[in-house]
Amino acid sequence: MDESKRSFLKRSVGVLGAAGLMGTGAKKAAAEPPGVPPSMKVPGAGMGEYGTPAKYESKVTRTLIRSQPGTTGSGASRTPLEALDGMITPSGLHFERHHSGVPDIDPDQHRLLIHGMVKRPLIFTVDALMRYPMVSRIHFLECSGNSQFLYQPALPNLTAGQTHGLVSCSEWTGVPLRLLLEEAGVDRSAQWILAEGADGAAMSRSVPMAKGMDDAILGLFQNGERLRPENGYPVRLFLPGWEGNMSVKWLRRLKVVAAPIMTKDETSRYTDLQGDGKSLMFTYPMEVKSVVTRPSHGMTLPGAGLHQITGVAWSGNGTISKVEVSTDRGKTWTEAPLGAPVLPRALTRFRLPWKWDGSASVLKSRATDDTGAVQPERDKFIAEHGNNAIFHFNGIQAWSVATNGEVKHVYA
Amino acid sequence: MSTRELVCVALALLAGGCASASSVAETPNLGREATPAQIAGWDISVGPDGIGLPPGRGTAAAGAAVYEQKCQVCHGAKGAGQPNDRLVGGQGTLASKTPVRTIGSYWPYATTVFDYVRRAMPYTQPQSLTDDEVYAVTAYLLSLNGIIGEGDEMNAQTLPKVKMPNQANFIVVYPSRTK
Repeated sequence: MDESKRSFLKRSVGVLGAAGLMGTGAKKAAAEPPGVPPSMKVPGAGMGEYGTPAKYESKVTRTLIRSQPGTTGSGASRTPLEALDGMITPSGLHFERHHSGVPDIDPDQHRLLIHGMVKRPLIFTVDALMRYPMVSRIHFLECSGNSQFLYQPALPNLTAGQTHGLVSCSEWTGVPLRLLLEEAGVDRSAQWILAEGADGAAMSRSVPMAKGMDDAILGLFQNGERLRPENGYPVRLFLPGWEGNMSVKWLRRLKVVAAPIMTKDETSRYTDLQGDGKSLMFTYPMEVKSVVTRPSHGMTLPGAGLHQITGVAWSGNGTISKVEVSTDRGKTWTEAPLGAPVLPRALTRFRLPWKWDGSASVLKSRATDDTGAVQPERDKFIAEHGNNAIFHFNGIQAWSVATNGEVKHVYA
Repeated sequence: MSTRELVCVALALLAGGCASASSVAETPNLGREATPAQIAGWDISVGPDGIGLPPGRGTAAAGAAVYEQKCQVCHGAKGAGQPNDRLVGGQGTLASKTPVRTIGSYWPYATTVFDYVRRAMPYTQPQSLTDDEVYAVTAYLLSLNGIIGEGDEMNAQTLPKVKMPNQANFIVVYPSRTK
């Protein structure tokens, strides 16, 4: 992108932010030329040990934080997708989903046990894991319950982050799980691994051995720093592209087994109830999906003219090959340029300039991945899966733009 | 390590595979052998075949007392739900517009009840129940759902044999739908 376009984007984001995200209010006099800005007439603040966002961005927080009744930590918080840009989610805004809160784990006390159908059951300290060969990968993590409000017949009155913010994207660094499994010596007939967390829920999932030997990572770092407590400190399992619940946080135990354990979170939850009463089980990869993050619900376009439509697309089955955008409810589609780098199983940014003529419009995005899978329209998806599957919704999200510029969630 | 070996290690990490017998040797081999006692203290998972079930036993009558004391505050009288998940009833609702997913109507394996209660319940004091108490609460919840009789004892032999009514309605899609 050339510099003039980049600065235009910045300006239009600023306008959207001021009008849509932050609400309008009396503004101080701007530092318009020819006056000299006050910041240039005094020395600035000093250095800090750990940086924080600008105080003017204090409203950019995780959103729609909800817990089970009587608990503070069994629930979810969501990434404010509409306030972010690029492909990386700041670690402090990564979505959370906990089943018994965030445990306080001293890394010196933590142990990882690998046992079951192995030649040598092994215990690893975190210090030991830090000495193993590591890899870094940029991948999204998505809770399979993301976008579940769109299953409901009632239109959600929610922002993009509130509906779709159970997806985030980070650079994850850690030890390929394969190395530790090979060290323990896996029995060839063992097809599964039970992974268990050191939280109060002892959250556990059965993971196919094939995934464990393929691209599974024992994550130690997120976006360059050690994992945040809410993302599994000091060590988590990370399974690229697969439903987030399986990437067990605070990992303490891997048991190599012959068959799935059928834990609570792979039977009573994270199974997808279809309209006919049958349930799909072990629906692991997150399907191809996208959402327009700006403009989106709750924002107001300041007037007709050129605007930038942007959003994110991702697929747990591969790499995004195409994102198309419609401003007329899906009658016509335009391919949106993808922001480099376009990586497998990573959030992919798309951007498209849009000359809004001021008439009522409906914005949609439709992603395609390199397996050829295309994100379906919501009504088609609901017709196939019903309203009650809770998990793995990947239908198209629509936003209506009214003539007064107000952007709202719409089923269209 | 020779340059060639180094390249092989780097390639193995990059591509996730390298036809070399040195894949174990690539690592510092820092795993410490776990003793059976250490494993026994941590191995709390119970499979649908009953592997991992501990000695012990319980009936619905004993389970009712445990339930009223430790579970009812979150799950309501007799598993009726509120403020948290309903545990009883809902059979026949799964294909309706308002399905009710409970242990009785939805859960495919009875062993999962034991596994989950033992590891995670009660919410404020996980892993505080004795194995007999977990068997008893499991028996109580299965009995309330009409899946076992009021007097049936649950133990390591009987629990895996309990047939859950919704088990046949789960369709396993791995690996067929995974690319």
